[in-house]
Amino acid sequence: MPRKASDFGIRSNRLPEYAVDRDYELCIGCGVCIRQCSFDVHYLDEDHDTVRSRSELCVGCHRCSALCPTRALAIKPNPAQYRAHGSWSGEHVKDINLQAETGGVVLTGSGNDKRAPVYWDNLLINASQVTNPSIDPLREPMELRTHLGARLDAVNIQAGSLDSRLPPTIPISTPIVFSALSYGAVSFQVQLALAQAAQELGTLWNTGEGGFHPRLREYGSNTIVQVASGRFGVDLDYLNSARMVEIKIGQGAKPGIGGHLAGEKVSKDVSATRMIPEGTDAISPAPQHDIYSIEDLRMLVFALKEATNYKVPVSVKIAAVHNAPAIASGMVRAGADVIAIDGFRGGTGAAPKVIRDNVGLPIEFALAAVDQRLRDEGIRNRVSIIAGGGVRNAADVVKAIALGADAVYVGTAALIAIGCTLCQKCYSGKCNWGIATQDPYLAKRVNPDIARRRLVNLVKGWSHEIKEMLGGMGINAIESLRSNRSQLRGIGLTAEELSILGVKPAGG
Amino acid sequence: MCTTGLFAEIDALGLSYSELNQRVRIAVESGARRLVLRNVAGQRYIGTNLYGCADRQGLSGLLLEIHGTPGNDLGAFLDGPTIVVYGNAMDGTGNTMTSGRIVIHGRAGDITGLSARGGEIFVRDSVGYRTGVHMKQYQGNRPVIVIGGTSQDFLGEYMAGGIIILLGLHLKANEPHACNRLCSGMHGGAVFVRGTLRHGSLGHGVSVQPLNADDRQLVAVYVSRYAELFGADADSIMNASFTKLVPATGRPYKQLYAY
Repeated sequence: MPRKASDFGIRSNRLPEYAVDRDYELCIGCGVCIRQCSFDVHYLDEDHDTVRSRSELCVGCHRCSALCPTRALAIKPNPAQYRAHGSWSGEHVKDINLQAETGGVVLTGSGNDKRAPVYWDNLLINASQVTNPSIDPLREPMELRTHLGARLDAVNIQAGSLDSRLPPTIPISTPIVFSALSYGAVSFQVQLALAQAAQELGTLWNTGEGGFHPRLREYGSNTIVQVASGRFGVDLDYLNSARMVEIKIGQGAKPGIGGHLAGEKVSKDVSATRMIPEGTDAISPAPQHDIYSIEDLRMLVFALKEATNYKVPVSVKIAAVHNAPAIASGMVRAGADVIAIDGFRGGTGAAPKVIRDNVGLPIEFALAAVDQRLRDEGIRNRVSIIAGGGVRNAADVVKAIALGADAVYVGTAALIAIGCTLCQKCYSGKCNWGIATQDPYLAKRVNPDIARRRLVNLVKGWSHEIKEMLGGMGINAIESLRSNRSQLRGIGLTAEELSILGVKPAGG
Repeated sequence: MCTTGLFAEIDALGLSYSELNQRVRIAVESGARRLVLRNVAGQRYIGTNLYGCADRQGLSGLLLEIHGTPGNDLGAFLDGPTIVVYGNAMDGTGNTMTSGRIVIHGRAGDITGLSARGGEIFVRDSVGYRTGVHMKQYQGNRPVIVIGGTSQDFLGEYMAGGIIILLGLHLKANEPHACNRLCSGMHGGAVFVRGTLRHGSLGHGVSVQPLNADDRQLVAVYVSRYAELFGADADSIMNASFTKLVPATGRPYKQLYAY
């Protein structure tokens, strides 16, 4: 349970964030808004037989507004804002009041919403003109398939046949992978849709650290399972039912800290999947207590390889932090087949806001620096890199691959495709869109079949766009774009930023 | 390797861990149910790679006897077999174990039983740091660690379930256990301590309680198993004062956040 001002007998003096604007000429009093809002904003005033609203409870998810049959509702930023101030924003004032009332850590969900620079927007993609023909992907072959996993430094050929044991790799038909969204953080319906979409698209989804639901195991060949500090649901069946095992060291939205899934969300089914008693807190410690060094990481990587008989690649996921390149070098030497780097705009079900908005690095810099470091050390072939944390569209995917990624993780974009409106209340368990909740009444709002189709459509649309951009560059395979930074130019970036990104300035 | 029917013997001298573990796997696949591994010297992950190489009944009846010193992560993810070590074990024994039994005729290192969800670990002597860290239990699965000696710091840290029994058999009269910060962050399970703890050695959020009749019966069951395995006298072990450490709350962080 959170701390609320009323728990302390303190009247909250925070201004409501949103104002519910109900057009009574249009409102027919049908009560859809009352039934749709889990935050109890709307209610029936029986004395006047009128539907009214408590704006102070509104989280701005727009569910009521979207479903109102007569379009009578508009959720607007509260016009009564704190006095404008260049240094103290309304958010600062509101958070200070919240903490003054409660003494707690301000919790938030979803990704960093601050105006932190999005460097994708400072990168422009090249196209061929005259000297190199562009390619029309609608008529000519265009390869988006790539393989995740390690490549040997060299192979032996004996008498015309291969005499080396190749490490396991996973072909994915588009360089877009669904990132970790655990059962507990999201509903079963969401995971089912992700699993089915991954299968249909020939890519992968990621269970996160909340276990692997028995009903989803049929999608094992499109599944990445996570081993995180809580080890929830991790056993030999779990490890051997997946296509890839990922050690989660960190997450872009909350580098360096653990996680607590509140007991309220540990329903019977979540309890069975995580293998912990119903209603208990699921606590993921900040560190993995068997990993205090690169040597220890190697120990866990190979424990997982032994446990799966070397049949699946092992990924290690870290948050993008200041010394990511050196850490990544260690991760490769620790035997990781895939390294996943999550930038500080990555999403989360719950994180302290001060961590989410201030700790870590933008993925663009971490990715470019890691790729360069591994190339300089001659070990880039030994891993695939998956970059995540703020990939919003096909252009971001192309830019990530040109900066050195093999594939990208998308989480927030996938949730938006399912219906998320980024209200950032994922931690409350009351998601009106049925995504970040275990309440059966809310969760059934996501129809897995429709959600699957929307996910497939999104990834197909992006894949077409990636092909168009590749064709424009005169490139016919995604692997030819990887770390091909000559296809990028920077605008509005300093010389140092350009140097870290490894791209020339626009016009240069 | 020598395999005759249900019995196999493997000389681990000079083998890498993957070579040794592969030989163990092949032996189990070809029907061996009692394996003796000799000259084991630091090879990791023994017993970890047996998934699917026999049916559940076969794996549960499997006995691995290890002579020498197995390396880190002995029996990591173990699900069914029994491992007996005639010597000391290193770090990570029984890491994320599901079921089965590990018996150490000696000492075990750090993070013994880390995140274990079931099975039993018996250590004749003492254990290293953070033993039983984040152990948990689920339905019928309740991991148990019995330690004959004492423990280094952070025993039962983050413990979410299961039982640890710390016997302190080698301690002199009134000599306290060696560990500090016991059960720091504990939110489930129980630790039973025979003998005394140093003043101020408990982590925060731990409640100290006397044993009730059920507790004594539970501890007696595992003490008699310990005595049977290592040739000790169960009655004289039980004839001492025990303390029970349990979490003060199952929800240590429920007051932490505001929104």
